[in-house]
Amino acid sequence: MRNGLFWIFSVAALGGAVGVVANVRNAINSALNLVVCMLALAGLYVLLEAQFVGLIQVMVYAGAIVVLFLFVIMLLNLRGSGAAGAESQPLLKLAGVALVAAGGVYLVRVLAAGRAPWPDVDPSYGTTRAIGEALYTDYVLAVQVAGVLLLAGILAAVVLAKKRLD
Amino acid sequence: MATSTVFVALFIFAIVMLVFAPVMTWVERKQSALMQDRIGANRAEIFGIKALGLIHPLADVIKMITKEDTMPTGAHRFIHLISPFIAVTPAVISFAVIPYGGTYEMWGAKFSLVVADLDYGVLYLFAIGSIATYGSMLAGWAGNNNYGMLGSIRVSAQMISYEVAIGVTVIGLFMIFGTLRLSDMGVLQQETFRVFGFLKHLGWVSAETKWVDWLTLPMWGVILQPLPFFMFMTALMAENKRAPFDTPEGESEIVAGYFIEYSGMKFGLYMMGEWIEVVVISGLLAAMFLGGWSLPWLPESKIISSLTPTFGANIANLLAMVLAVHVFIGKVIALIFFQMLVRWSMPRFRYDQVMNLGWKILLPLSLANIVLTAIGILIVQEVTRT
Repeated sequence: MRNGLFWIFSVAALGGAVGVVANVRNAINSALNLVVCMLALAGLYVLLEAQFVGLIQVMVYAGAIVVLFLFVIMLLNLRGSGAAGAESQPLLKLAGVALVAAGGVYLVRVLAAGRAPWPDVDPSYGTTRAIGEALYTDYVLAVQVAGVLLLAGILAAVVLAKKRLD
Repeated sequence: MATSTVFVALFIFAIVMLVFAPVMTWVERKQSALMQDRIGANRAEIFGIKALGLIHPLADVIKMITKEDTMPTGAHRFIHLISPFIAVTPAVISFAVIPYGGTYEMWGAKFSLVVADLDYGVLYLFAIGSIATYGSMLAGWAGNNNYGMLGSIRVSAQMISYEVAIGVTVIGLFMIFGTLRLSDMGVLQQETFRVFGFLKHLGWVSAETKWVDWLTLPMWGVILQPLPFFMFMTALMAENKRAPFDTPEGESEIVAGYFIEYSGMKFGLYMMGEWIEVVVISGLLAAMFLGGWSLPWLPESKIISSLTPTFGANIANLLAMVLAVHVFIGKVIALIFFQMLVRWSMPRFRYDQVMNLGWKILLPLSLANIVLTAIGILIVQEVTRT
């Protein structure tokens, strides 16, 4: 069951990722492939007993960020247009091919190494309580810093969006 | 374990699919008729049996299934095809985490009346709800229609905005209960607290004073967090896009908004999604704020222990389970009724009013609520320590 799900999610994640790049001429299709990729990643997180991370992945990335991507694409009405001059940059193309090749080699090596058994973790692992305890005891400084960064981002957005600052 | 799972799945299927969604159309028609001084649905009949208009849902389904399924020119065929299913699936599967009863031991088997008792139950609902946005927003885009496009832009902006409000309004409740698991919340809400108990803790009255113990209130979410209850309900109803928050449909401005190009059962699926969502909203509100499956001042353990001498443990558990399911469904029906009342008494908000309500009223209020709740929890901890 777990192995089957792993393969389904992995193939969906990889297929979605390839679809994002392959649909360079159609921004909506590209964004939808991104959704598939995000949902598959969330499934993989849940399989790894990180349910909270998986759900946040669905909520934040699939449910909010890609929706905003789609929103912008629809607002600009990019139906069928796509990235201009995507093929006029041979260097970038070459770099892309090299990256994919390196990733492929790595994937083959991982697959050839065989499977480790699924880990046996205790039931409290990956729960909301465990994550909350870790965030607010061991990593409280990082949480605070991230909060300040986000606040700075929000303020910057307000300043940029406002036509006239009183 | 396996038998109880099958039992639970069948129950959910029966309630959600076969009873609530079609019956909701009847409730909606009859209630709006009542409020507008009409008779309402009373024409459909089988061999002269009208059953108060209950045959109408059947007629609706037959009509929708036999209608022509249109595909507009220039539509994105695949997305146009799957959008209704993306819209209706989240509504159906979100019922999995809502508990309609506790856990009961009968004849050696354990029956837990929730399909998936997840540690992150409420988060699951939020995540599923955020996926539902796609069903609506892609529908408007895929139909190659400008009204549909306007509808999908409105729906995506509205649903994203209210998802923020939905998440933030209930944080106070999570802080009090200390859990995201809906069945745990149900158990916690069976307890009561003394309204004037703090007088004893502070030593303002002597420990022997009797009247302090008289006035107790159940620890229901709506009593501990009254304002968030209404804010949460408002945000959920806005997320469901029914009147008065149906600006994405707005038939007077953009005809039917995002589902303008749908006909037959695909259109029906959007309607069905909305109705099932009404039931889900009611279930969620009942489970989180209205004590779930329990009666106030009457914890379930008390019911079972008082019935056990007369009927034996098995029958007592069975009776408690039947009572729990009925109490829960009763609360859900009351909340559905309330939502219908709102839907048929309020005119549609203007689009900017909907956005203002979400961002400028609900969000600041719920942020303030988090701070106040935190202070309140600290005070309660400090007072009850002695």
